[in-house]
Amino acid sequence: MAEQIRLRVNGKNVSVTAGTVVAAAVAQAGQTRFRRSIRGEARGPLCGMGICMECRVTINGQAHVRSCQLLCEEAMEVRTDE
Amino acid sequence: MSQSFDIIIVGAGIVGAACAAECAEAGLKTLILDRSIASGGTTAAGMGHIVVMDDSEAQFALTEYSRRLWLQLRDQLSADVEYEVCGTLWVAADDEEMAEARRKEKYYTERKALVEILDGEGVRRAEPNLRLGLAGGLRVVDDGVIYPPCAARFLLDKARRHGAELRTGAAVTALLPEGGVALADGSCISAGRSVNATGPWSPELMPGLPVRKRKGHLVITDRYPGFVHHQIVELGYLKSAHSVSKDSVAFNIQPRQTGQMLIGSSRQYDAEGTEVDHGILSRMLGRAMEYLPALGQLSATRVWTGHRAATPDKLPLIGPSLEHDRIWLASGHEGLGITTSLGTGRLLADLLLGRSTEIPAQPYAPARFVNGSASHG
Repeated sequence: MAEQIRLRVNGKNVSVTAGTVVAAAVAQAGQTRFRRSIRGEARGPLCGMGICMECRVTINGQAHVRSCQLLCEEAMEVRTDE
Repeated sequence: MSQSFDIIIVGAGIVGAACAAECAEAGLKTLILDRSIASGGTTAAGMGHIVVMDDSEAQFALTEYSRRLWLQLRDQLSADVEYEVCGTLWVAADDEEMAEARRKEKYYTERKALVEILDGEGVRRAEPNLRLGLAGGLRVVDDGVIYPPCAARFLLDKARRHGAELRTGAAVTALLPEGGVALADGSCISAGRSVNATGPWSPELMPGLPVRKRKGHLVITDRYPGFVHHQIVELGYLKSAHSVSKDSVAFNIQPRQTGQMLIGSSRQYDAEGTEVDHGILSRMLGRAMEYLPALGQLSATRVWTGHRAATPDKLPLIGPSLEHDRIWLASGHEGLGITTSLGTGRLLADLLLGRSTEIPAQPYAPARFVNGSASHG
């Protein structure tokens, strides 16, 4: 069985297969609202290849990280809707 | 000749806009022309730092006077001008730069500008993202930041409320010795006087004018509110910005109301193109990361360039040109045009109308350049 990685999305424990991008883990946690636009609208992944910037989340306190471009790591703390 | 004006201002950047606002307010029939859109050149490319500088007595006088005019105008400015009196924090990396901070403290204090010396711990408290081990710094309390294109639009609107007319897409090909201008479409507009306020492009209308294009790069980041609080500039900036010849970079960062940050600065002569120079850009960002190590973790969203209008003595050209008393200048503001636009507009109008000036205007007189070199120290 493939290695499992445990991380937290908005405080909720999520377990994913190694090699999973953060965007998939966020979706698995049931979050559809990845970030909030400057006018307060909900935003989520669109292009999936790091161009549209809509999937940005906060990872380990670092704001504006593109969740579709980063693989999950053990004990990662992800926050959405910021 | 069609219609007659008292004054035609060529160039609708922030300097031309400030001149227009003052002239129109004083009752002069004013026309502003720009070959492109209003404020789309140097004004749109710059940072918007309202700063008092002390490279020379005359530079201090004009920047301090102008900052006072900005502060007076503050309550009238529209919200989109985003005027924040965040202060400038000059940071000293070593004892030599700290000595410079103390010299500056004395100079500003003697001239009644509010400043505060900080030690190494003090600068870290003021800006926790600065690296450890800095010697200290100087906070210039009343400096601030604005968003230049909106400030220029505010001044153009003010000019129009006082009856001025703005025409964009109107390229001027010549300033006429008898007064007025010739346009690219072959027509002429007469006026008592014309003012060349075209910044880095001023020599196109006045060949031989001692104004050179000095290219700069800027980076804007994504939104990270609170990452920095002041406009922070390295004191080593003095060594680079004031060297008049070779390419240089210096750490200079500005917080915007959105939480974004503008990162500069670079200075290059003989670089007329607008393309991004990746060698200079990486030197500039490397310099910024020496002061703010965590900057390397943040995202930049855009990089662009612009050109400053540099003069040999780092002072602008305000007043009648050497050749013709009907052709005036308001140009050559280098990296300080956003600050000094208001002082320039006021001085120009005072000189035109024969009013007394609040600060001496002679240091900025174009007549100081005879045969292309300054006629005084």
